[in-house]
Amino acid sequence: MRTIKLGMRVVTALAVAALAAGALASQGAPATDAEVQIDQYAFLPPRIAVKPGTTVTWTNEDDAPHTVASSAKLFKSKALDTSDKFSFTFTTPGVYEYFCSLHPHMTGAIVVEAATGSSAAQ
Amino acid sequence: MTSDHGEARGVSRRKILECMTWAGAGVLWTIAGGVPRSIGIIGEAAAVEPSGLTFLQISDSHVGFDKPANPNAIGTLEEALSKINALAVKPSFLIHTGDITHLSKPSEFDDADRIISQARLDVHYVPGEHDVLDEDVKLYRDRYGRGTKGAGWYSFDANGVHFIGLVNVVDLKAGGLGNLGNEQLEWLENDLKGRATSTPIVVFAHIPLWSVYPAWGWETEDAARALDYLKRFGSVTVLNGHIHQIMQKVEGNVTFHTAMSTAFPQPAPGTAPSPGPLKVADDKLRSVLGITDVTFKRGQQRLAIIDEPLQR
Repeated sequence: MRTIKLGMRVVTALAVAALAAGALASQGAPATDAEVQIDQYAFLPPRIAVKPGTTVTWTNEDDAPHTVASSAKLFKSKALDTSDKFSFTFTTPGVYEYFCSLHPHMTGAIVVEAATGSSAAQ
Repeated sequence: MTSDHGEARGVSRRKILECMTWAGAGVLWTIAGGVPRSIGIIGEAAAVEPSGLTFLQISDSHVGFDKPANPNAIGTLEEALSKINALAVKPSFLIHTGDITHLSKPSEFDDADRIISQARLDVHYVPGEHDVLDEDVKLYRDRYGRGTKGAGWYSFDANGVHFIGLVNVVDLKAGGLGNLGNEQLEWLENDLKGRATSTPIVVFAHIPLWSVYPAWGWETEDAARALDYLKRFGSVTVLNGHIHQIMQKVEGNVTFHTAMSTAFPQPAPGTAPSPGPLKVADDKLRSVLGITDVTFKRGQQRLAIIDEPLQR
């Protein structure tokens, strides 16, 4: 996986994200945990949609340390060395943008959707 | 100090023009196989006389790094110190342009101190982003922050050269680059106020103060303001680290130079999917790690920057 070209990796990541989104949709209310890989100085997928109550776990696959830092300072991991993980549970709908405080050009977002489809976007 | 200034005030316009030429005259470098390295030096710089000021830059020692790109970053730092101790002309002091440690751990700082102190020289540090991983930058400042302002910036004078250590690795913003911040820039403006334009200036900071490769964050977003304060000086040398390879650029009176790491190389801009540690053949590693020797000779107003790989 690590040796696959970047374009391929993105396609794979998007496919995984699509599968995850499908799984969430079919399950209804209960939140499923979600994963974000940190690889080649990027958050993959860079933007995911989750249900309230979802625990997102980031895993650093790089040989360089990274952090997961909320742009609004709501959460921040310690420096994650290779294979280190950081988890955060999102309970309130909204868009949570984050970045790596060591390499701030690395950015991502967790979109926490309203619990039920019909009552979304108040 | 006063005699330096007296000399500076007497400097003619011709001398200032000479200042403008020396900054870029030191090093002859090439890029072979994507790996930039110096292959020699030009002119007078080769004949270093003890009367000049020689100092040494080391950078990005990343003590604690143990990944495949170099499983023994402590060992290569020790080799760098052996090289420094074997120099024919002992430098007056060292400058470390940051990323002393890999993960800001107290044990990493301890190991770095133990090894770097073998040079028995003053060391002027600025932090890299790897040195400020604790939220309040306490670990770095407790060790190296004495007499500094803010997150650790300061200036000092040596042999008529004004040295300025800047910090551009704290409080970085999402999507952004290296950052100096308003408080530090105001301090810089004041620090330079009233200095003769013929005073040679050496600025050192971790992240490059010029746009090397913004897509990888290899730039400082508010560096233009700092350079604006510096532009009236006849000769300005900017020494950076962070990118683990030699790059040089001359812009007007300003020479920008980045140093090799003592720990591991990084890819040339855009030649890899990311700037992550670059694994090279084991027998090539020491040719892309090294130190930078800088000599200022007052008589000739010439600064020589010589990059010395651990192994040629």
